[in-house]
Amino acid sequence: MRSTAGSTAPTAPPDADGGRVRRFTRAERLVHRTTGYLMLVCLATAACLYLGPLAQLVGRRRLVATVHEFSGLLLPVPVLLGLLSRAFRADLRRLNRFGPADRRWLRAARRRRTSPRDRPAGKFNAGQKLYAGWIAGAVLVMTATGLLMWFTRLLPFVSRTSAIFVHDCLAWAVALALAGHVRRARRDPEARQGMRTGYVSRRWAREHHPHWLPDDRGDGDGDGGTVA
Amino acid sequence: MPDEAPERRAEGAPVGRRVLLGTFAAGIAGLAAAPYLQRGWEGFLGAASQHDPTGLTGLLPDPGGFRYYSVVGSVPRKDDTDYELRIDGLVDRPRTYTLPELRALPQSRIVGDAVCTDGWRVDGTPFRGVRLADLLDAAGVRAEGAALRFTCFDGAYSESLTLQQARRPDVLVALTMQDKPITHAHGGPARLYVAPMYFYKSAKWLSGITVTDRVVPGYWEGYGYEVDGWLDGADRAA
Repeated sequence: MRSTAGSTAPTAPPDADGGRVRRFTRAERLVHRTTGYLMLVCLATAACLYLGPLAQLVGRRRLVATVHEFSGLLLPVPVLLGLLSRAFRADLRRLNRFGPADRRWLRAARRRRTSPRDRPAGKFNAGQKLYAGWIAGAVLVMTATGLLMWFTRLLPFVSRTSAIFVHDCLAWAVALALAGHVRRARRDPEARQGMRTGYVSRRWAREHHPHWLPDDRGDGDGDGGTVA
Repeated sequence: MPDEAPERRAEGAPVGRRVLLGTFAAGIAGLAAAPYLQRGWEGFLGAASQHDPTGLTGLLPDPGGFRYYSVVGSVPRKDDTDYELRIDGLVDRPRTYTLPELRALPQSRIVGDAVCTDGWRVDGTPFRGVRLADLLDAAGVRAEGAALRFTCFDGAYSESLTLQQARRPDVLVALTMQDKPITHAHGGPARLYVAPMYFYKSAKWLSGITVTDRVVPGYWEGYGYEVDGWLDGADRAA
């Protein structure tokens, strides 16, 4: 996997609104894309196992269950491989840390203030940080309870029924969170473009992530992911 | 990281990690609390589903109803005109029953629990049909017969019972469930009902009963399920 530090990012074609900035390297985009596809397979097969009308339509329970099990097991793999990329590790660090801007962002979100001025952010905003931490924890719980259902003798003191109960409840929570994730992305074409091509306009970056680019603001948390 | 300025290294509280670990801890706590949560949840859903014209409660976890499982893509539909149940193998009088013929035999009604290995259960479900023991007596099992192999008109599913299990009074070739003819989705027009065992032993869409000299494990048993799917607390000697 190619590991590209932000500071050595290739120069992008200049843009009318003050140039393009590199937001994600190829490694980061690959991690996001493969995780997304695996998650879709997980959700689709889960629906075929769980929802009566779909189960009647599709049947083939053994095949669907096998695809579900393996796509679930593979789900953490892209992130683990992503650790080989320096840019991805740097982004994980950014997602982990909560600064004063993030607290302001959350306050604004609680008061339903949507203006970008009220919602300062570094490369990632507080909502993205919370989502990333939560979905990572949820995938771990889903993997653990899934394995308990699969290998019932793994932990004899946990009943299969309990594992299924947690797996089913959390599955709905994950589906809701993903729906929110997709809804946010649908509303922001430039954010999607950043994930698709790796580049965003400097104007968008200034507006939505004012603390990201260090040459815009002194308190940026970026590590130089910028080009002229 | 060596390439980062020291002041950027640990900027702010590690909230992301806390959220991750907190979510994981909540999952573990959920596992521990599941037996209690589930009981309350079942009670709530049972009450809610009484006033739920949309049927949405059926989608929630553990809805307390039947769920549809099939191991094939599509299952043919059979009714009075074309359903047949074949009994053969190590018997003196192999024969084929039609639905009207099965209905004409003495019927038994059992109220039992349907318990799936996947966590859902439907307690107190009445099944009505012909005792398997009666069909075996009519066919005359030969001395070397020791077990039964059940096959289904979905073309793939199979199950097994020992002869001793099959002769229990709570094992039926069921024609009604909840006092209505069994629908196609529930394995109709005729399915097995093995009251003391997990529901995967109660094969749907039953079409064949073959007496064998040994147990031939069924479909799910080939994937690690117990051949004897006794429920906890079942009276195995009955």
